[in-house]
Amino acid sequence: MKRLLLLLAFAGVVALMAWGFNQAIFVAPTEATMGDVQRIFYYHVPNAMLSFLFFAISFVASILFLAWKNSAPERAQAADAWALASAEVGVVFCSVVLITGPLWARPVWGIWWTWDARLTTTLILWLIYVSYLLLRRFAEGAQMQTLAAVLSIFGALDVPIVYMANRWWRTQHPAPVFGGGPDSGIKDPTMLAAFGWNVLAWAAWGLMLLAFRVHVERRQQRIRHHQTVAALAGK
Amino acid sequence: MMQPVSAQPRGWFELVRTHLLKDLRIEWRSREAIQSMLFFALLVVVLFSMAFDPTAAASREIAGGVLCVATLFASVSALNQAWTREIRHEVLDALRLTPADRSAIFVAKVLANFFFVTVVQILLGPVFFIFYNLRPLGNGWLLLAVIPLGTWALVANGTFFAALSIRSRNRELLLPLILFPIFLPALLAMVLAVKTVLTGDGSDPHLLWLKMLAGYDIIFMTVSLLLFDTVLQAE
Repeated sequence: MKRLLLLLAFAGVVALMAWGFNQAIFVAPTEATMGDVQRIFYYHVPNAMLSFLFFAISFVASILFLAWKNSAPERAQAADAWALASAEVGVVFCSVVLITGPLWARPVWGIWWTWDARLTTTLILWLIYVSYLLLRRFAEGAQMQTLAAVLSIFGALDVPIVYMANRWWRTQHPAPVFGGGPDSGIKDPTMLAAFGWNVLAWAAWGLMLLAFRVHVERRQQRIRHHQTVAALAGK
Repeated sequence: MMQPVSAQPRGWFELVRTHLLKDLRIEWRSREAIQSMLFFALLVVVLFSMAFDPTAAASREIAGGVLCVATLFASVSALNQAWTREIRHEVLDALRLTPADRSAIFVAKVLANFFFVTVVQILLGPVFFIFYNLRPLGNGWLLLAVIPLGTWALVANGTFFAALSIRSRNRELLLPLILFPIFLPALLAMVLAVKTVLTGDGSDPHLLWLKMLAGYDIIFMTVSLLLFDTVLQAE
């Protein structure tokens, strides 16, 4: 029964992704000045939004891990699994952002990359979380979880600083689409619908990946726990 | 000879002084950190000037970056040594057992490393100005604020992450991998501040980069002090 429900959920997410693809590629009208390349926007922006969401989840889970480490070890382990899983999924989404961005920038700006506020912030964010995942490989056991949580807090502090620094410095990225001023917002309802469907589809896909990854990590934690207990018992 | 241990609890500043004097004395006897840093930084400066073969005008543009990156690379080797010294003879474990405030250990280590890196910069500075034919066109005295603030950002974070990475495998390799991404905003501010002074282009009349560097120092020093005990006791 549980397996059937999971399969249905998976099928639902895939159908949503297909619907989002259809909306972005075939339904939404072609943008007047940029042409078809603007359709990358329906992938680039949802992925960027979601990668920030996942990094935020990782940050909160890291704080919870440190808070619960001594008082509630079992809950702390769950928090650690969430921190790891959301950092991994966040890095994947962030990679999509960093790949689709230059693909769009090359025809529109004429350059692949520029050291602009949001591009630099995103790249540094990506670098920080890759170093977080590296740290998790290099160290082991309970102390690794603590060290990784500490690094995650440092990384989260870094992001607003980089962002502000680059705003003062120079900027080329388009102004925020939502909440960027009186002129912002998508005017065409079909475009807005395509964008909304893609945010929804990618959110469902990302959260499903996250849930699976947390589940796997919890099982691995249990396996490691049993192995430790067995080793201590001298078996 | 062992000195008699007094049972009186010591004040925080006295603890910092004791740790600091110990580190300075070890360095005075071995001169490992300063010598290796000095030679390494010199090599980086020479390598860059050969790789780019800069003219006087171009060297003003890049010199700030070369100086910062040379310091950065050189200090990593010293920072790795900072805590490795404490591992020999289980000094670190002994420090963890003392009832004294852990933040005193951290502050003393930061001060000691700050002193080492500053000595290297003072010795290297003239060489640097000669090799790159530099003459600051802006307000040269500002360098006396910019360079110490940037060095503090590097050393405070570096000392913290060296304590963090000491518990991992390949710790010498891990430190730059986690330090550099976090240090990037400070590097950006330091490079741009130095460049403004050297070129005297008046692009930063409000000393924005200097303020950002100071803010970065305050934020990260506070967080390091708050989390240092967690890192030291991570088991």
